[in-house]
Amino acid sequence: MSRRLDVDVAIIGGGLVGSSAALALRGMGMSVALLDKGFCGAQASGVNYGGVRRQGRPLEQLPLSQRAHGIWPRLQALIGIDGEFLRSGHLKLARDEADMAALEAYAEAVAGQGLGLELIGHNGLRERFGWVGGDVFGASFCAGDGHANPRLVSTGFASAARRAGVHVLENTPVKGVTRNGAGFALEAGDDLSLSARFVINSAGAWADSFAAAFGESVPLARIYPSMVVTEPLEAIMTANIGMEGGGIYARQVERGNCVVGGERALPLDDPDFSRPRGEGALAIMNRAAELFPGLRHAHAIRFWSGTEGAIPDRNPVIGPSLTTPGLIHAFGFTGAGFQIAPGVGEVLAELVRDGRSTTPIDAFTIGRFAPVPISTRTDRGSGAGEASEPQHPRETRS
Amino acid sequence: MTARAQPLIVGAGPAGVRAAETLVKAGLRPLVVDEAPACGGQIYRQRLVADERSSTALYGSEASKAERLHSNFAALAGRLDYWPQALLWNLRDGRADIAVAGTNRQIAYDGLILATGATDRILPIPGWTLPGVFTLGGAQIALKAQGCAIGSRVVFLGSGPLLYLVAWQYLKAGVDVAAVLDTAPFNAKLNLLRGLALEPAVILRGMRMTAELRLRGVALHYGVEDVRVEGGRRVEAIMWRQGTRSRKLSCDGIGYGLALRSETQLADLAGCHFRFDQRDRAWLPERDAGGRGSVPGVYLAGDGAAIAGGDAAELAGERAGLALLEDRGLPHDPERAEVIGRALSRIGRFRDILEAAFPFPAHWAKDIADETPVCRCEEISAGEVRGAVGHFEISELNRLKAVSRIGMGRCQGRICGSAAAEILAGETGRGIDAVGRLRSQAPVKPIPLALTMAETGVKAAE
Ligand SMILES: Cc1cc2nc3c(=O)[nH]c(=O)nc-3n(C[C@H](O)[C@H](O)[C@H](O)COP(=O)(O)OP(=O)(O)OC[C@H]3O[C@@H](n4cnc5c(N)ncnc54)[C@H](O)[C@@H]3O)c2cc1C
Ligand SMILES: Cc1cc2nc3c(=O)[nH]c(=O)nc-3n(C[C@H](O)[C@H](O)[C@H](O)COP(=O)(O)OP(=O)(O)OC[C@H]3O[C@@H](n4cnc5c(N)ncnc54)[C@H](O)[C@@H]3O)c2cc1C
Repeated sequence: MSRRLDVDVAIIGGGLVGSSAALALRGMGMSVALLDKGFCGAQASGVNYGGVRRQGRPLEQLPLSQRAHGIWPRLQALIGIDGEFLRSGHLKLARDEADMAALEAYAEAVAGQGLGLELIGHNGLRERFGWVGGDVFGASFCAGDGHANPRLVSTGFASAARRAGVHVLENTPVKGVTRNGAGFALEAGDDLSLSARFVINSAGAWADSFAAAFGESVPLARIYPSMVVTEPLEAIMTANIGMEGGGIYARQVERGNCVVGGERALPLDDPDFSRPRGEGALAIMNRAAELFPGLRHAHAIRFWSGTEGAIPDRNPVIGPSLTTPGLIHAFGFTGAGFQIAPGVGEVLAELVRDGRSTTPIDAFTIGRFAPVPISTRTDRGSGAGEASEPQHPRETRS
Repeated sequence: MTARAQPLIVGAGPAGVRAAETLVKAGLRPLVVDEAPACGGQIYRQRLVADERSSTALYGSEASKAERLHSNFAALAGRLDYWPQALLWNLRDGRADIAVAGTNRQIAYDGLILATGATDRILPIPGWTLPGVFTLGGAQIALKAQGCAIGSRVVFLGSGPLLYLVAWQYLKAGVDVAAVLDTAPFNAKLNLLRGLALEPAVILRGMRMTAELRLRGVALHYGVEDVRVEGGRRVEAIMWRQGTRSRKLSCDGIGYGLALRSETQLADLAGCHFRFDQRDRAWLPERDAGGRGSVPGVYLAGDGAAIAGGDAAELAGERAGLALLEDRGLPHDPERAEVIGRALSRIGRFRDILEAAFPFPAHWAKDIADETPVCRCEEISAGEVRGAVGHFEISELNRLKAVSRIGMGRCQGRICGSAAAEILAGETGRGIDAVGRLRSQAPVKPIPLALTMAETGVKAAE
């Protein structure tokens, strides 16, 4: 026997984007169904590195990023847990003069956006962040940035949504969406038929198939950032570390474990899953031991990776479908969606209620891509071939 | 034609040694890796430094088997490669990462025999993390390999054949064994009589050990419940209840274990399918009668595939070796394979009887007090686990790990995983099989950040 459900908004994908949208929509009094093919927050949103940083983002993202920045310290009130959010500051290192020039150029470009970046020279770095060793030229510090526990935050948003009355339907893959009359008909799980006035496509690395079903093709690739975590250590790192041009990022959680990333994993036969490469993990471990003297004798206890959707221009797709009224997209965060997602959730709720957002999102329109011929879609790169993860893109130099 | 890469055998215990011997006899040159400094595995573990103890003192009735295994493996030298003190920490697509002597060597293999053995299974009890509490296996290793006891007045607690064996070994070594506390009622032991016909030697040996323990004044208590360990900076006493009676005994060492659990992480990393095994209350890699896993070229043998003991491990190792030969189209002995198959199924029937005689006290899980630590690596108590299950409405073990950190520490759930699964099953009112299993991640054990990559990269095929 099949189940039926009738809601204002159906959200495909219970990552942090989908679940924060669900919570915001519920706050506006709408009826919402949040559907996930597995468990909410078990994909990118729950397994990411946990960097909550504005610094280094493309300029177009900053207004949205600032909006999210205002939400992070309010997690306790919003979802009932603080998600281990820590405003530790984000310290972005420069290896050489060219890196430093890039950091300076970025600081200049974002002046007036409220990031409060502080450029630090070699000596200043030694004084204030003596635990950073290696051959570091200088750095840029964003005191308001930090880090949080993705496993708790993403699961926490979904549980809060459920408590607020959202129909949270896990292990319920959406199999088909069609436009019918004034709204949409969705088929999900084994036996669920759903009708909704609006559909939000927040299906992460899987979102392109839903866009394509409505005639919108997006060059969405998959990337698999790869993480290493150490055994708990005494307090060493006081800031979340990044590096200009990529290469390594690291943070220490309150419990004492250091999380280090900077390489890419490889997809398994089922490309929904991936596994860190042994040599990649070793390379990042060696790099960490070199850069942080306090980690020289530490042990790595665990690796992991996750599946993330990436777009060549490094900006997500956020906004209404251009072919189908009532359909709204939000995906393709290209390795940097964690910090921004709670802001995206609010924007999506505004789009549903008001048809527009109070935060500028024009740069993220799905209309920016030239149509991609369907035949080339299957051999798009996984991105996993790239040796290192450009979380902190060199583009910021320009 | 390019030569094929070496077969790789993980573990030089009874299963790994017999597998290696089988391959060498057929003219193959396997690589055998083991974390331990010498062959023998757990049951026939060798001492770290030579001392006066005879092998009978070390291995009791199994001394001749131990000696045979050690010398047979030594005789293979030159016809295989053997890396002791080598941790295999990652597997993927025919490549293995092995940490040996501070460097990492990545090798390509063709054919993988996993003979990774087992570790103790426990459920947390109040005080189990106090210094002086060891697992039964740990207590035995201290005695066998290091020649030292875990205390001067020791209590052994738990279930499974090792309980009486280790108590008896301690007694023989001259340690004051204060008591053996068996979690099963005495009448469960009557099941053992059914085992007499199948494995008379094993049953009689067990009876003799029990009798000797009694004769030497060691108290044996059955149906022990509500156990708690007391002490300030280390173990001072153990308390328990028997029926309506509460009891207490002072001691300075406790060996504790509820039988064993298979070491299956590498099978998981190799991509093997798992199925739930009711007898072992665990998810185990699927295998056919020859030990073939679901992934072609991957074979499973010994306690790492399912708990069955040392004799079964030797047989299963040889059997997996024969399967590998057969799959490579090399001469092998199908009759021997049949003989082994029959012997293993007899041992399997015997295992059912042992399980009935040493039942796992699953009902303990719901009584674990909230303040009792479950995961000692990450310092997570039973109450925190239950709180996470409730707050996030968790129904699956990996989700529980994500929100509570249980199983995320140094041991990756090898110690706390089965307890966490039992608690989750209890909290959600579901069967232990319904809560899933922890997915394994490399590195299977901690490795140094500064581990350097060996220059050679992938070792050339033989
Ligand atoms: C290892 C790693 C490290 C990262 N580090 C950082 C960082 O430090 N800082 C940062 O800001 N960002 C980081 N990111 C990026 C960030 O995690 C993502 O951009 C963000 O989580 C994306 O959220 P999402 O909700 O779009 O996607 P997801 O969390 O992937 O959610 C999409 C959901 O859609 C569901 N779904 C898919 N198909 C269907 C279907 N047919 N039916 C129903 N449900 C479906 C999936 O199951 C999934 O739960 C990292 C990503 C990874 C993988
Ligand atoms: C501590 C302990 C003590 C035991 N004592 C007895 C006993 O006295 N009598 C008895 O009948 N049974 C005993 N058992 C049960 C016993 O282990 C077995 O029945 C028998 O040893 C199983 O043989 P095996 O070859 O399957 O595994 P094991 O003998 O356990 O051998 C497995 C080997 O694999 C190695 N290994 C595992 N993983 C890796 C890796 N990733 N990298 C490198 N090497 C690896 C280990 O170092 C080990 O040497 C004991 C079990 C334990 C855990």
